[in-house]
Amino acid sequence: MKARIKITLKNGVLDPQGKAIANALGALGFDGVDGVRQGKYIELELSESDPKRAEAEVKAMCEQLLANTVIENYQFELEPA
Amino acid sequence: MKSSVIVFPGSNCDRDVAVSLEQLTGHAPAMVWHGEAVVPDSDLIVLPGGFSYGDYLRSGAMAAHSPIMTDIIAKARAGVAVLGICNGFQVLTETRLLPGILMRNASLKFICRDVLLRVERDDTIFTNHYTKGDVIRIPVAHHDGNYFSDDDTIRALEDEGRVVLRYCDADGTIGEDSNPNGSRANIAGVIDKTGRILGLMPHPERLADEALGGTDGAPMFRSLLEALH
Repeated sequence: MKARIKITLKNGVLDPQGKAIANALGALGFDGVDGVRQGKYIELELSESDPKRAEAEVKAMCEQLLANTVIENYQFELEPA
Repeated sequence: MKSSVIVFPGSNCDRDVAVSLEQLTGHAPAMVWHGEAVVPDSDLIVLPGGFSYGDYLRSGAMAAHSPIMTDIIAKARAGVAVLGICNGFQVLTETRLLPGILMRNASLKFICRDVLLRVERDDTIFTNHYTKGDVIRIPVAHHDGNYFSDDDTIRALEDEGRVVLRYCDADGTIGEDSNPNGSRANIAGVIDKTGRILGLMPHPERLADEALGGTDGAPMFRSLLEALH
């Protein structure tokens, strides 16, 4: 089973890297970008095939290591192998 | 005073802080590899600066789950003093022994220079050899030193007097101009509720000997010696 995890900054957390990306896009002539928030994308290959157990496991992984919930939100999708 | 310095893969200030500890307290610390299960009997545990695990995922995130951390967390909860410098501060926030997180510097640049700090507390085991209001000069060397916490946590830190060091200018004024990295409220160092766990981004061990060009970091080690013997 595959997990696709998206980790994003919470609202209100400043994102200087996102701001730098927005500036760079502006410098390239892309004037239509009103804001940029950057995050992380992580794929996991899981040996677990039961969706319920996999969901619990991935949630624990996000809470304990993959995301820092002081500043980040996470969401994930599971996909059968 | 018995102390231990934890060595993670990628630590690079472990020897510096060991030299400061030995020179200023008269006792050489035990150097403890992160893969060990137990820290030897210690009054002080130091998590040194560096780039543990190459700062992968988030600075300090991997080291926070090193085998030795289980024992460090248990000992910290039992009252053993813990000092986290730079990467050590990042590790302490990732273990949640200290609140908040150190984010990428607002300038996005790695900053390596001396900064001025205002001592906000002189009644802690880490700072009793300073005087409240002192402006001291200590180097920083970090890419991720931008202290962030939500409003409630910042308010609690202020109300409980847990901000120990703040970035300031030469006359001790706190402002945006003297904030090197974007830290909320110019926070450079915070202490936990028990007063036994301090995390700070600046490196006191890098200015603790005349030969290094300054000694403003030395009182921190003298404070610990006096408090912990």
